[in-house]
Amino acid sequence: MALSDEDVREILRIIDESTLTELQIETEGFSLHVRRGGGDVEASGRPRVRPVPKSETPRHPPGGPEASASPPARESENDGLVTITAPMLGTFYRAESPGKPPFVDVGERVEPDTIVCIIEVMKMMNSVTAGMSGTIAAVVPDNAELVEYGQPLFRVEPA
Amino acid sequence: MKHIKRVFVANRGEIALRIVNACDELGLETVVGTSDADRNGLAARRADRSVCIGPAPASESYLRDDVVVQAALGTDCDAIHPGYGFLSESPKLAARARENGLAFIGPPPEVMELSGDKLRARAEAARAGVPVLPGQEIAANQKAHKAADQIGYPLLVKAAGGGGGRGIKLARDRDELDNLLSLARSEAGAAFGDERLYLERFVSSARHVEVQIAADEPGAVVHLGERDCSVQRRYQKVIEEAPAPNLDPATRNALAAEAVAFAKAIGYRNLGTVEFVVDADTGEHFFLEINCRIQVEHPVTEAVTGRDLVDLQLHIADGEPLGFAQKDVLFDGHAIECRLNAEDVARGFMPSPGTLSLFSVPDLLALRVDTHLCAGATIPPYYDSLMAKLIAHAEGRDATIDVLLEALEDLDVEGVETNRALLISVLAHDDFRRGAVSTDWLERAIA
Repeated sequence: MALSDEDVREILRIIDESTLTELQIETEGFSLHVRRGGGDVEASGRPRVRPVPKSETPRHPPGGPEASASPPARESENDGLVTITAPMLGTFYRAESPGKPPFVDVGERVEPDTIVCIIEVMKMMNSVTAGMSGTIAAVVPDNAELVEYGQPLFRVEPA
Repeated sequence: MKHIKRVFVANRGEIALRIVNACDELGLETVVGTSDADRNGLAARRADRSVCIGPAPASESYLRDDVVVQAALGTDCDAIHPGYGFLSESPKLAARARENGLAFIGPPPEVMELSGDKLRARAEAARAGVPVLPGQEIAANQKAHKAADQIGYPLLVKAAGGGGGRGIKLARDRDELDNLLSLARSEAGAAFGDERLYLERFVSSARHVEVQIAADEPGAVVHLGERDCSVQRRYQKVIEEAPAPNLDPATRNALAAEAVAFAKAIGYRNLGTVEFVVDADTGEHFFLEINCRIQVEHPVTEAVTGRDLVDLQLHIADGEPLGFAQKDVLFDGHAIECRLNAEDVARGFMPSPGTLSLFSVPDLLALRVDTHLCAGATIPPYYDSLMAKLIAHAEGRDATIDVLLEALEDLDVEGVETNRALLISVLAHDDFRRGAVSTDWLERAIA
């Protein structure tokens, strides 16, 4: 059985969007073993957060160290939607600055690296990425509202 | 209260609950900032509001001064009470609070800086006429022998950035000093971000006696008597009492007067504790350090003075004058506090987190219990193991000890290991009954 690049990408996409952390397929003449995130399976597929200096556009976050707050897990709901929760306490901003369009809105598609919002802690802007692929179904907090650690930010329909 | 209307409580456990209750009595609203592990804690439930400030590890929640201030501002608080431990003596938090227009319930950041630098605090104490232990700073690459010979062995090697029993090493002779100096320096750098070391005389038979002080914004300072905290294990206090037993009146008066003089000299504000070591053999006393927070053992002072210290902190932070003079501070009876910890004494005092299937402290007239726990509560593994403080207050010391013994004997606790048996054996011990144990007594007694 020959696999094209496209096939490999398709398999990875399916795994990426599933809740599996490890997958092993064995058929005649073919064996595939995929594991998320290397040794640390816990860390993958979660929203990521990076500090963003105020002057810089959040679309190009610096490669500096990630904020120490460990991102919370996405939570699956009964309705099939997945919740992106706040990885830290702070002020929730939907856009890069007042007057700018929001990073994401209901109905828009997100990928794991898509920046969905900013959380400000003492003038430090931290961009939060979706950590998953899907479509935004709801934006939970109001703009400029204080969000707690673990508070729901977005509900996402997984793609 | 004129200015403070809503207080952010930046702590957990029994002290968070203690602060919430004190605010309640003053009609102040409270917001408790909890970690993910403490969301359902009693303090969070009793407060007007709670917000989760981060995940369970303290480094990502209770120790984040930026998040604490953001949370206080975001919940419209006008003051922060830091409790004890965590950020309570962080000049950074105090400064950040002030920059953002929040009242910090504690001394100003400049005073905290000075107090945190044990060498500077020593020098200021000496300047204020307070006796300090013979000692000297040892610069890197400097030969320590001459200074050590002047001080005499055994001696202590202390980190300037240490305190609270941390960053201290004992050298019995020149060889030991040579062996530990460079290690002590690198450890101090790693632990406190400050490599400075100093040598200090070691008092082999020492009592730990500390004086509670209160200073208002206009600068009036009073003392609220002393506490003896000599029952310690690895510099951690286990039992505390007021007044200090068998302390001669001249020493008692000197300690109080010096604590007030020192607080005035450094511009101290709000409540604080000046710690002294009293040489049990010679009766001499020396300044150790000043603590810029409400202490765990504050209830024994409350018991004998009849004053609510957390309430006093709030009033002072609101800008009110003390409202009483030294002569108004009266002392009544004897008080002893013991710390009930979730720890396994037999296994080297290992913390014993878990869920309490049973927890009930007898209701005794002369007993106060400060706790955030009840049956069904969980003691998480991330923080200190303090479960409850049992405080007895009675006419005499013996009667006070008896109240605590009765409380500990009749205490019901299941689900975690505790140090109850150890507390009972200390309280019932002849040496403790006689009232003059030194700080190394407990470790010798349980060895």
